[in-house]
Amino acid sequence: MNKIKCECGHVNPEGTVLCEACGKPVEENQHIDGNNENKLLNMRYDGSARRSKTYNKTIVDKIWNFFSSVKVGVWLIAVTLIASSLGTIFPQEMNNQSPLPAEQYYEENYGMAGQIYYQLGFHDLYGSWWYMILIASIGVSLVIASIDRVVPLYRSLKKQKPKRHETFMKRQRLFGQAEYASEQDYHRVIDQLKERRYKVIQENGHVLAEKGRFSRWGPYVNHIGLIIFLLGALLRFVPSMYVDANVWVREGETKMLEGTEGEYYIKNEDFIVEMYDENDERYKESIEKQGGSVPKNYQTNAVLYQRTDESLPGVDPELKQVKEGEIRVNEPLKIDGFAIYQTTYQLNEFKTMTFKLHERSDADEQSIGEFTVNLVDPKSEYTLDNGYRIELYDYYPEFEMKDGVPSSFSKYPKDPAFVFHVYPPGQEEPEVNFLAIGSNLDPSGENQYKIGITDLEMRDVTGLTIRKDYTLPFLGIGGAIFMIGVIQGMYWNHRRIWIQPKEQGFWVAGHTNKNWFGLKKDLEKALDGTSVEPPEDQQELKE
Amino acid sequence: MELSTISSNLLYASFFLYLIATFFFGGTIREKDAQQKESKAGKIGITITIIGFVAQVGYFITRWIASQHAPLSNLFEYTTFFGMMLVLAFIVIYFIYRLNVLGLFVLPIALLIIAYASMFPSEISPLIPALNTHWLYIHVSTVSLGQAILAVSFGAGLLYLIKTLDQTERTKKNAWLEFIIYTLFAVIGFIVITSGFRLGGYEVTFEVPAEGEAMEASTVDYTLLPIVGPTDGTLQTEGATGPLLEAPSWMQGEKAARKLNTMIWSLLVGLVLYVLARLILRKRVAAAIQPKLSRVKPSLVDEVSYRAVAIGFPVFTLGGLIFAMIWAQIAWNRFWGWDPKEVWALITWLFYAVFLHLRLGAGWHGEKSAWLAVIGFAIIMFNLIAVNLVLAGLHSYA
Repeated sequence: MNKIKCECGHVNPEGTVLCEACGKPVEENQHIDGNNENKLLNMRYDGSARRSKTYNKTIVDKIWNFFSSVKVGVWLIAVTLIASSLGTIFPQEMNNQSPLPAEQYYEENYGMAGQIYYQLGFHDLYGSWWYMILIASIGVSLVIASIDRVVPLYRSLKKQKPKRHETFMKRQRLFGQAEYASEQDYHRVIDQLKERRYKVIQENGHVLAEKGRFSRWGPYVNHIGLIIFLLGALLRFVPSMYVDANVWVREGETKMLEGTEGEYYIKNEDFIVEMYDENDERYKESIEKQGGSVPKNYQTNAVLYQRTDESLPGVDPELKQVKEGEIRVNEPLKIDGFAIYQTTYQLNEFKTMTFKLHERSDADEQSIGEFTVNLVDPKSEYTLDNGYRIELYDYYPEFEMKDGVPSSFSKYPKDPAFVFHVYPPGQEEPEVNFLAIGSNLDPSGENQYKIGITDLEMRDVTGLTIRKDYTLPFLGIGGAIFMIGVIQGMYWNHRRIWIQPKEQGFWVAGHTNKNWFGLKKDLEKALDGTSVEPPEDQQELKE
Repeated sequence: MELSTISSNLLYASFFLYLIATFFFGGTIREKDAQQKESKAGKIGITITIIGFVAQVGYFITRWIASQHAPLSNLFEYTTFFGMMLVLAFIVIYFIYRLNVLGLFVLPIALLIIAYASMFPSEISPLIPALNTHWLYIHVSTVSLGQAILAVSFGAGLLYLIKTLDQTERTKKNAWLEFIIYTLFAVIGFIVITSGFRLGGYEVTFEVPAEGEAMEASTVDYTLLPIVGPTDGTLQTEGATGPLLEAPSWMQGEKAARKLNTMIWSLLVGLVLYVLARLILRKRVAAAIQPKLSRVKPSLVDEVSYRAVAIGFPVFTLGGLIFAMIWAQIAWNRFWGWDPKEVWALITWLFYAVFLHLRLGAGWHGEKSAWLAVIGFAIIMFNLIAVNLVLAGLHSYA
């Protein structure tokens, strides 16, 4: 390393642009910050020696320099920005409710453009390898760019001395020569700077008044926050870091809570849907416009149980009630780090149906006997008291005709249909009855008996989502640190004012990392009541 | 008088007060004295602005009481609130910089936004379960405030461009600046044409045949004369003039054709107004404004534009991303789901991150920075309007 010794005696690291102590430009390094072309000094990093601007030989240097460049960082963000916008042209696959597979969905709905969209992989843009690489590159850039700057900047601000080189003073944006200022003026300015809460350091009459240095660390603090956030997001790729499961629970039913590995069970005591009153004066007009019913509340009254015995297959669990509560949209129920969300529901699923048997010819349809079928767990045979036997030959919970053959769309009893075989006492050959909601068929046309529905019981089903996410604390901490850093950097400014005594009067120079308007106001107040004119804004003069 | 009536009257009052204040701020550019701080017209202007703001706060509170929830739940309420926050942001920035002429640029934007808001259904609506939480107020109000502060940066950026671009020649930059001004005319066009037809009580209905997942034919009501009708739609209203064109069949989504029709109307009326303005002024609109801004200091305007971003960016991050994620975790059980609104909030955030890096790290000051401020506002407006109306997603509560 070739250390650079300044005429003030301070030894600077290689690559220094402005002496850390006195600010004198190091002649051979002026091109680094473009100072050779401008009248004013570039004060962005106080002329400190950044690695990226000093070494460019090895491959490590080159990678370092690539990622520490603001230009590269800005390009990475800009490309990510444009890529992100592309993903909103058509719905992403993960947000798509359509039952169609993706290769059909995009073409059918959006034609040619949709097909191209799908084939480019934009239907899952945010999960694509190249989008991940973009985000990861931003992460790397955040780390390298921050380290590259914060270390030398810290050094430079630590080593700075009140006594500045004349060139440094003259080439500040705010600079003034007060040749006729008196001793009194000098002290008055110092006092007024102190009043404005500047930290004043003096050395042989040279003055450095400084305020808000901590705001210089804001960008680095917020970058740390972002890095923690991104690492937290990365943890989501570790499967054990989070649980995401769903469970449907019928009213009155107790079910194992998916995702808890059999530890917790949930009972749905009641599922409630409330609608706004259509006659409520307050909302009447709006409800009418929206076509009637506007939902007010979706709620599951739930009881949570914990399993107390060893979990063994086939053994009924021993349960202990641990919690009781209401689950609403926006109000998940929490237990042991798990959060249970109200996600969806199904109203009026059939629970049981009760049938009666009667003679086909009987106009009064007098019952020979009744039986009840549990639609979730039906028995295959029902024997009536008087010797009649009824076999449930076939059962379709959600009936549909598929290619001319009766079948079931799902296993949920939403629209049940039955094929019953009726065995009257002593008879070997059954009579076949087909029953569905709204139809009652006699395939042979010779049946003596008929089955009719007399009663049915319905219930609601609640759809719950169970989540546990160990990455949330990382995201929370990252977000909080980001906010602290961004506020620290944006709402405070680092202002410095230098005063240099001369044989006649003194010189004043000022610098701030931003908000020059504020610095000028400070200077105006500091110089108030003295003969000194506020220093000139040498940048404004150029306009 | 009913509370909801008081509420809407207060909103009208605030609108007119902002309008009057704008004229006073306009008056400041004629005043002779160089010291802006002494400006009488400016003092009156800011006083009226504050009274208008108080009236609008009155609107907000009375509507809150009347609807029993914070009025932030649909496009009308949200957009109105956005206008209110813009005025608040202006008042704050005004007291930092005392830049009178900024009022002449920011208040008209607020006026346009409030007028635009009132084109949406404004009756008090109940909250659906997904919105029924305190996070609605926390998230929406913070986002809105953040966006409003960022919008001040647009006002200042526009002022900077009009003040500094060389108007002696026809250049690409001048053309773009005129285009931005034209889009403001198009918003006026939208307001004019919508209220015009509304006053006339115009409405026609189309029947649209069944398609895709929809089993039954549906109807679409038009409140503007249909230039573009729905694909394969048939006019149901007797005696109504039919559409000149049909919407292309690839335009999907609920009422896409009607939105296209509204947009065409706005652009056309905007164009007529713009051409009229050009004919009256006999030069580019910006060229006509420029001489009035002779006393404006560009470096100060530039600083205001940047300062607004510096103040607004953290607020936007907090409301638009952090609070948004917390609420999304509570309501939808995931903090991030790549919903279009979320993505566009991220895009807005990334964009202003770029703005700040270019400004602080690459020295983009003055004109470049002003153009960025304009683009940033365009992104915000896109997220506010287009994402709700055009892209389908979870945030379509309008």
